[in-house]
Amino acid sequence: MQRLLRHRLFWPFATLVLLLAVNAAFNPGFWQLQWRDGHLYGSVIDILNRAAPLALVAIGMTLVIATRGIDISVGAVVAISAAVIALMIGGELVVKDGVQTHVSRFPMGVAIVAALAVAALCGLWNGLLVAKVGMQPIIATLILMVAGRGVAQLLTGGQIITVYYAPFFFLGNGFLLGLPFAVFIAAAVWATVHLLLTRTALGLFIQSIGINPAASRVAGVHERLITVCVYVFCAFAAGVAGLVISSNVKSADGNNAGVLMELDAILAVTLGGTALTGGRFSVAGSVLGALIIQTLTSTIYSIGVPPEVNMVVKAGVVFVVMLLQSAEFRAAVRALVVRPSPGAAR
Amino acid sequence: MIAAAAAPDRGWRIDSRLVPLVGTVAVFVLTAGYGSVAYRGFFSAQVFLNLLIDNAFLCIVGVGMTFVILSGGIDLSVGALIALTTMISAALVEHAHWSVWETIPLVLAVGATFGAFMGWLIERFRLQPFIVTLAGMFLARGLCYLISIDSISITDATYTAISQERIALGAGASITVGALIALAVVALGAWIAHATEFGRTVYAIGGNEASALLMGLPVGRTRVLVYTISGFCSALAGVVFTFYMLSGYGLHAVGLELDAIAAVVIGGTLLSGGVGYVAGTLVGVLILGIVQTMISFDGSLSSWWTRIVIGALLLVFCLLQRAFERRRA
Amino acid sequence: MASSVVLEARGLTRRFTGVVALSGVDFRLRAGEVHAVMGQNGAGKSTLIKVLTGVHEADAGELRLNGTVIRPQSAADAQRLGISTVYQEVNLCPNLSVAENIFAGRYPRRGAGGLWRIDWARIEADARALLARLNLHIDVSRLLSSYPVAVQQMVAIARALSVEAKVLILDEPTSSLDEREVARLFEVLRQLRDQGMAILFVTHFLAQTYAIADRITVLRNGELVGEYLKAELPRAALITAMVGRELGAAAGRNERVGEIEGPAVLEARALGRRGQLDPVDIALGRGEVVGVGGLLGSGRTELARLLFGLDRSDSGELRMDSAPVRFDSPSQAIRHGLAMCPEERKHDGIVAELSVRENIALALQARLGIWKFLAPARQHAIAERFVRALGIKTADLDTPVALLSGGNQQKVLLARWLATEPRLMILDEPTRGIDVAAKQEIMNEILALARGGLAVLFISSEMDEVVRVADRIVVLRDRRKVGELPGDSSEQAVYHLIAADA
Repeated sequence: MQRLLRHRLFWPFATLVLLLAVNAAFNPGFWQLQWRDGHLYGSVIDILNRAAPLALVAIGMTLVIATRGIDISVGAVVAISAAVIALMIGGELVVKDGVQTHVSRFPMGVAIVAALAVAALCGLWNGLLVAKVGMQPIIATLILMVAGRGVAQLLTGGQIITVYYAPFFFLGNGFLLGLPFAVFIAAAVWATVHLLLTRTALGLFIQSIGINPAASRVAGVHERLITVCVYVFCAFAAGVAGLVISSNVKSADGNNAGVLMELDAILAVTLGGTALTGGRFSVAGSVLGALIIQTLTSTIYSIGVPPEVNMVVKAGVVFVVMLLQSAEFRAAVRALVVRPSPGAAR
Repeated sequence: MIAAAAAPDRGWRIDSRLVPLVGTVAVFVLTAGYGSVAYRGFFSAQVFLNLLIDNAFLCIVGVGMTFVILSGGIDLSVGALIALTTMISAALVEHAHWSVWETIPLVLAVGATFGAFMGWLIERFRLQPFIVTLAGMFLARGLCYLISIDSISITDATYTAISQERIALGAGASITVGALIALAVVALGAWIAHATEFGRTVYAIGGNEASALLMGLPVGRTRVLVYTISGFCSALAGVVFTFYMLSGYGLHAVGLELDAIAAVVIGGTLLSGGVGYVAGTLVGVLILGIVQTMISFDGSLSSWWTRIVIGALLLVFCLLQRAFERRRA
Repeated sequence: MASSVVLEARGLTRRFTGVVALSGVDFRLRAGEVHAVMGQNGAGKSTLIKVLTGVHEADAGELRLNGTVIRPQSAADAQRLGISTVYQEVNLCPNLSVAENIFAGRYPRRGAGGLWRIDWARIEADARALLARLNLHIDVSRLLSSYPVAVQQMVAIARALSVEAKVLILDEPTSSLDEREVARLFEVLRQLRDQGMAILFVTHFLAQTYAIADRITVLRNGELVGEYLKAELPRAALITAMVGRELGAAAGRNERVGEIEGPAVLEARALGRRGQLDPVDIALGRGEVVGVGGLLGSGRTELARLLFGLDRSDSGELRMDSAPVRFDSPSQAIRHGLAMCPEERKHDGIVAELSVRENIALALQARLGIWKFLAPARQHAIAERFVRALGIKTADLDTPVALLSGGNQQKVLLARWLATEPRLMILDEPTRGIDVAAKQEIMNEILALARGGLAVLFISSEMDEVVRVADRIVVLRDRRKVGELPGDSSEQAVYHLIAADA
């Protein structure tokens, strides 16, 4: 039992279970699953579906935070990638051989690659600023966060671009084996990262850099290169999330897509047990964190409280988590709880 | 023997600290000059005054942010606090029928207390300012929505009167109350930074916190005060914003914290702390305003080019700061 | 000529978890005197200073200032009592002006009717006057950082003076100064001393001690060895007191069998870095153990860092197998077959939260790259081999390395590098903080490796170890090489070389 309690994923998992229980208590039909229109239907499925983009961003953010960095530009990257794909696909209704079909400006595969390449480039930009120029990560990514929105709006011409292309909708709306396709995308990225972390030395190096960059350097680890790669991947994951989101809403909104997503992602990572100071990390924890946040939103809604209260609750959660992660706080609590024995000299 | 020319016995030092500020002023002058030449009607007193009028609240927030950044920290909650201020004001005035003169002191106190709370958490538990103020941002916006989800329009007569008040400056130019408040805040902030022990301690903490401690400076107290001032400035900016928008809304000032940080950085304050001037932030705000104005004058560029230009300016200034720091090291 | 005792400590004791840093130390600082405190690493010098200046509280013993018992609780406290300290890293704010640094926290004010503001004019005038006392005439309105470290230290001293200090403590003030600047600092100190100031001067530079001190206190292992008048303490005796060994009898040494042949594995010519190491020549051959002898601060670690690519050299060149090479980063050096166990185990060595297994595999993995991943099973096998070979005591291989004792952590580091099968190993204080048995094991391992062909550069403060294992001893003093001795030299010979016209 002790072993179980001390497992790093215990608390995030317990929180999730608690939230689900509360949700089920207020919402009797919560756990119900129905098979309709060829796929599963239910509140749980909803949560999974909506958490997928956040989970993607959180996975990327985990690696950055593990190296003692941060990336607050992910929201802007989401918007940019959504804009690129919307532009490149566009979509019109055309009559071909008497049948109405959607036609896209570029082959969908090309458009997807292009959008992801642009996202990766954003990550490269961030990574170079942090690793080569030596800027503080928050400032380096702040620049892209500010300018990136402008770029996204530039691409979309300030309009909300609607996409008319059925095959593209599959990403965010389709179902595979009864489950939303977006979940599969998130799972695929998670699986790839997991493979990379466990089958290559990447996980070891990232942790080493986060725990002790000086010692890593002495040991011969290429910390600069790895740092750049980590930022590239984070932006790439945000790009994938952008594709899923724009597919889901069938449009790209340069202004609002991905807004406040960086904050949710950071919150998900911290909830999952990865400390902002870097070092040991858990991608699974971040995924759990994303699920927790989504369940929280859903729970609040089901209780009947207006969804805007979400923010106050999130704030409370962040306060609690960061206090628990602070050594000074734990010491202060211990000092209050453990009263010194009378007569002890000091 | 290291001899040196006798320094002029004035308060102004001509040294490397002024270089970033000089650069900023140069950028402003160049941009203004270009605009005046390129666009007709640009070179008018009212256009320049409008820079201040339309960005008065950003200016006030910027002063508070300057102190925070000078001490080596950061405050992401300023925009949210502005929104909260507008919301509380609107609710009190419209629903509870408080008067302006009762509302304003209250919201200022709320802002200061909010800031003090964040500052206390940061100092007492050694938490990172970034995450604490981030949570503060969530909290403040959330509180907005708890008060009201939709916006509350202000129809109170006093508010409307103050909002429309224009103080004539002659030659057809006029200025608003908000802009005057902004100028007063800048002047006060500059004085505090230069002439009080508190202000100098802020610089010392930003320069080398460990040394400041060893020198016996009141680091802890100063840090809490810095965030209190930032909260107060946010609330004051919120008051000005309320006059400007005449409504309370949870979505007001979204992203303003980034503009504030950009204004401070462009104004010559180093993000690592310890170097910078409050006056510089005023110039930074004016630069942001002038970029916006030029883009709208141009007409051919869409308004979101502002974001891109601001990002580019921020990048250039950050790179310059990096090079500056490397050379000093 | 009895001058009054200004600061007196009796029976000072200070413990940290598991370590006694100071044990019953008596100390007397007199007015009008420069009193140097000397000792090796871990002798207790810095702890003594921290207790005197209120940073730490003594567990036992008492402190008296001009006869009155004092218990300073903080640096500010000590300052108020009149004990001013100038630290090695100038503890001032580089972004403020010289004048402001001197008066920070004690600004003269000027105000009318409740409106108070800082009187800058007076600050600058007073600052100029204070610096004039030290014979320094500079523009006090300029930034502190615009002046070299030597001037910054003068400013720190001026700040100390501005509080009417009774005691001036200087903690390793000359580490970043060149000879000319040191001479000027000493001029100022002599002037202050003649004015009646009690000065405590901590340093590890022998030459400087003899240049400036009137009295010398030697600490060793937290205990007081003795207080001497400089005039009555010849250098050799000072070194004996610090090191704690009778230089007469030489310790038994292992016989080194076999000859060392072939071209140098690594050869450095005129390798140096301004402010850290004067140009040095050194060569290491296959299977050769080259010891670096020298006291603390003589430049040993700086040499190691330059060879390994951790620091960039300003001058000189490196050759491996007669081919010129240049190491701009450790990973390059590692690729050429170098390895280094750094001096600061905690800071540059172990990756605390990673397991023993991961720490051991780290350097090897770094050299193999990302794709050639050593699966946990292979890591386990490698780690186990070394745990057995070096006798690393650990609950299991997955224990975080931070939980191991210092000695075992050092063995883990050693294992890490041995796993890369290097051609040349740099060991910087590999036996520091390790119990006797473990020390012996590590030393034997080093010898065995050398016999197998590994070139070893061995840096240690324990001269007996250096002398015991080295084939050649390169002697450093005050950041330059003073000579080389054959491996069968005695410790005495090494110390004599160090002490010679210091």
